[in-house]
Parts: sequence; C-alpha cells; structure tokens
Amino acid sequence: MSAILESIALRKTFGAVTAAADINVSIDADTVVGLIGSNGAGKTTFLNMVTGYLKPSAGTIRFDGRDITSLGPRQITRLGICRSFQIPQLFDTLSVSENLLVGVGIVASAGRHWANAANTTGTPEQAVETMLEQFGLQAYRDMAAATLPEGVRKLLDIAMAMVVRPKILLLDEPTSGVSADEKFVLMDLVMEAVRAQKVTVLFVEHDMEVVTRYTHRVLAFSEGKIIADGEPDVVLNDDEVRKYIIGETIDVKRDDNAQN
Amino acid sequence: MRSRRTVTILSVTLAALLVFAPFLPNWTMFLFTVSLCYGVVVLGMMLLIRTGLVSFGHGLYYCLGAYAAGTLDPLFGVTELVLMLGSAVIVTAAVSSILALLLRKYRDIFFAMLSLAFSMILYGLLVKTSSLGSTDGFNVAVKTAFGVHIAGTAYERYLIFAVTAIVAWVCAMLVHRYLNSHRGRLAEAIRDNELRVEYMGASVANTIHLNYVMSAVLAGVGGALMAISVGHIDPEMAYWTTSGEFVFISILSGTGSVLAPFLGAAIFESIRSFAYEYSPNTWQMALGAAMLLVIMFLPGGLWSLFTRRRTS
Repeated sequence: MSAILESIALRKTFGAVTAAADINVSIDADTVVGLIGSNGAGKTTFLNMVTGYLKPSAGTIRFDGRDITSLGPRQITRLGICRSFQIPQLFDTLSVSENLLVGVGIVASAGRHWANAANTTGTPEQAVETMLEQFGLQAYRDMAAATLPEGVRKLLDIAMAMVVRPKILLLDEPTSGVSADEKFVLMDLVMEAVRAQKVTVLFVEHDMEVVTRYTHRVLAFSEGKIIADGEPDVVLNDDEVRKYIIGETIDVKRDDNAQN
Repeated sequence: MRSRRTVTILSVTLAALLVFAPFLPNWTMFLFTVSLCYGVVVLGMMLLIRTGLVSFGHGLYYCLGAYAAGTLDPLFGVTELVLMLGSAVIVTAAVSSILALLLRKYRDIFFAMLSLAFSMILYGLLVKTSSLGSTDGFNVAVKTAFGVHIAGTAYERYLIFAVTAIVAWVCAMLVHRYLNSHRGRLAEAIRDNELRVEYMGASVANTIHLNYVMSAVLAGVGGALMAISVGHIDPEMAYWTTSGEFVFISILSGTGSVLAPFLGAAIFESIRSFAYEYSPNTWQMALGAAMLLVIMFLPGGLWSLFTRRRTS
C-alpha cells in the first residue's frame, strides 16, 4: 500500500506552547486510523494543520506526493481532504436536504479542475437522495438543521464532509455528544458509507471502545508528540499510553479500604 | 413547481401592466413606475441580504446609475435610451467590482457603515460639482429609443413605462434563475456558516463579491430607469435617507421571492403617497407605524403572508 498522507518534521508552536513537536507520520491509502490522546495533546492541531486551517511553524505535509503545506482549507478540500467537526458546522436555517444540496451544488459547479468532481453522475436531487439514504437521514430531510437532535447533527456533519467526495476523511470526535447506545449505530453507518468508497479515514476519538472496533491503526499523542503508533491492541496496551491517555494505573493496585 | 408559479405571476403582471397602462390615470402610472424602479433596487438588496449583509449605502449605486445615464447627454450628447441603460450597467459594475474587494472582508454593522460611507462620499462629490447642478441636479432627456425618435411624440410616456416594466421583468427573471442555481443557493449557506462553505471547497469571498456586484448593477439599473422616467436627477439619490428607504422596503418585503421587492415597493409608495396626501405634516408617522406592524407581526416581511401556510 502506498502512503496517501505524510507529515515530515511537522511542528506547531503557539508562543511558548508546543502543540506539535516533530510529527512524522505516513498514512496508507484505504486504512482507518485513530488519533487518541488527552486534552491538549495536539490531535486537533494535527487535523487543523492537515486541512490548512493552521499553518505549521515548520515541516511539510504531503498528500498523494504533493506538498500541501502552504494551501488553505478551500484548496485542500478541492484536492480531496474533507473534515467533520467536533461541534457540527451546519447551515442551521436550511433543511437537511438543502444542506446536502449546497455541497452537491459546489461539487457540480466546480468543473473538471477539481479532483472530487470527476465521477459526478445523476441529477443533484438524486445525489442528495443517495446521501440521505447512506446516512439514514431520510426521516429528517425537511427539518431545519438547527432543530435536529445532537446525534443526527453529528451524522449530518459527517455527511456534509462526504458529499464533497473526499479521498481522506478527517473526523474530529465523531461520537462526542452522542449517547452511549447510539455511538455504535452512528459509527456503523458512517464506516459503511465511507468504506464503500474506499475513503481513508483519520479520526480523533476519546472512546476506546470505538477506537478498538473501527481502526486498523492507532496514533497516540501526548504533549505534541506521537508516543505510540501501531495496531489498536498493541497501542492501547502500551504502558505509556495507559498511563498518560487512558488514565489507568498499572503498577499501583488501588486499595479502597486503605483510603477510608 | 413554486418556481414555475413565480415565473407565471411575473409574466402575467408584466402583460397586465403593458395592456392597462394607457388607460390608467397619471398618478397610478407614476406609482407603478416608482414601484418598478425601487423594486429593481430592492431586488439587488435582497441578493445581499441573503448572504447576511445589509447595505446602508445602496443609494450609491442607485445614484451612480442615474448619473451614468443622465450625464451621457451633457458629456457626449448621447440621448439614446438603450445606451443610457448600458452606461448605468457598465459604470456600476466597474465601481462595485473595485469597492467589493474591500467590502467583502467586512460583515454586519461594519459592512453597513462602510457602504454608507462610500455613498456619502458620492453625495459630497456631487453636491460640490456645480457643472452638474450641485444640490439641484439637472434634467435628463431621452430623445431616441432603439434609434427611433420618441421625444415629444404621443406614445413617449407609454414607451418609457413599457421599457421600465420590461427591464424590471428581465431583472426579476434573471435573479429568479440565479437564486435557484447552485451558486445562488450558496448565499444562504454563507449567511449560516462561512466556515463550512470554505470546508466544502467554495469561496465565500468570491460569492459575496459576485452577489455584491450584481446587487450594485441592479441598483444602478433602478436608478437609470428612475432618471429616464422622472426626467430629473439630483444628489439626494445617494443620500443616506434614500438608502434607508431601500432597507425599509427590504424589511417590508422579505427575501422569500423575487416578487416580494416589487410588492414591498408598491406598498411603500402607496403608503407614502396616501399619507402625504391626507396628512402632509405627519406622513412619516404612517410609514413608521407600518414598519412597526411588519416587524412585530410579520418578522419575515410581507412575503411570509404567502408562504406561512406552506411551512406550518
């Protein structure tokens, strides 16, 4: 498998704070990668740099062999990297199908110079219909985005990223704010839709059940560095990961009686 | 289906205006003329408002269009109706394309105030230009239309009214088409969430730029039509109270349909005419009361009267 996304010596500092220190990662095409780490570890900063929202202080990001370090979010989206947000970013006064129609319209009017637009088929309405079906949003089609339950907003937010036909999809905490019994339903829907199109997925997640169930590979971030990288089982059992990220103590047996 | 209905209503209204115009009393003709001209300007305001931007200075392009049409005679001796309209389009498109480079970076009150500032600059310039009549303005004469001499003929008034109505119809049809296109739909998306629009690969700045220029051209066309119909222009057209009237009508009409601005303009002009007729000293109060009622009971503008049943 070939690397679709590479970061080389990537660094980002905000004044005295180092949000990313020397990140070297190579992501293979058609894989699902989980990004874990405690708050402030640099996961979202990494996503923001990949999508062009933040300019790295140093280092390069390569997508499909092309240097995208200096590009902005719009150009990067056009190349085929799309993202969802931790707090869904929707068009609140528009209905669910209108939200998707905006995206379909952008792709349809983008022309040939936009990689994503190449395999557009059918009418815009058909494309919206397909998206509604894939993400199980048919029941909500005419509801204004502002009035949707949080889980559905999350789902629509991810559908909005998928509607512009990405090669890589970045998900920022897809299950945060979603109830425990809904999270797998949501992730199953998303993964099915995404994997059907062989889209590479990177997602930031705090829920280790979700991470273990859906990823091929896990990157563990701590203080701007990657402290573990590998298969989920290996990374989640790594001593440092357990100590800094999952928060379980491994060598000190907790004695409840002693504390009382 | 609603889209086809709008086209039908527009076309039927145009036909009715063209057929009945010769039989209408002068004051109604004037009312319709002003409503059509203001309607075209507010159509432009609507394009901007859909992106979430309200201009308090659209008098700038209204006045610029009128002067671009009117000054052709004193400057070049041109009195052809088509050229006058063309000149308004070119001048307003050129000026707005440049100003949009700056304005598209601003939002909300900053956008509104900056627009206002530009319109007051034009007002100031025109007031100081004695060769164009300073505050008095000057008379505009149309001698030919499509190369045919019309000045002084029996059908002159009718012909100018017909051109006004047809141009307004064309503008409304074009805007209607645009609003239903992919690019036109982006306006509301931008109003709701600019970040998401950029993350879907579309340019917020370019869309606002385009909408701003279209809106300016429409205001310019409205101004030129007014200059041609009324036969007189003055710097008051760029004054902030004129821009205020456009904002007033925009709020009155709502942004639901391209029909709304014309309806709003007609109602605005009717209230103003009748209020002025029956209480010359307190006519502003009648307008104020109308505005208050609309804001309190129809926050979506008059147009929401026609769409309410559909959404509830």
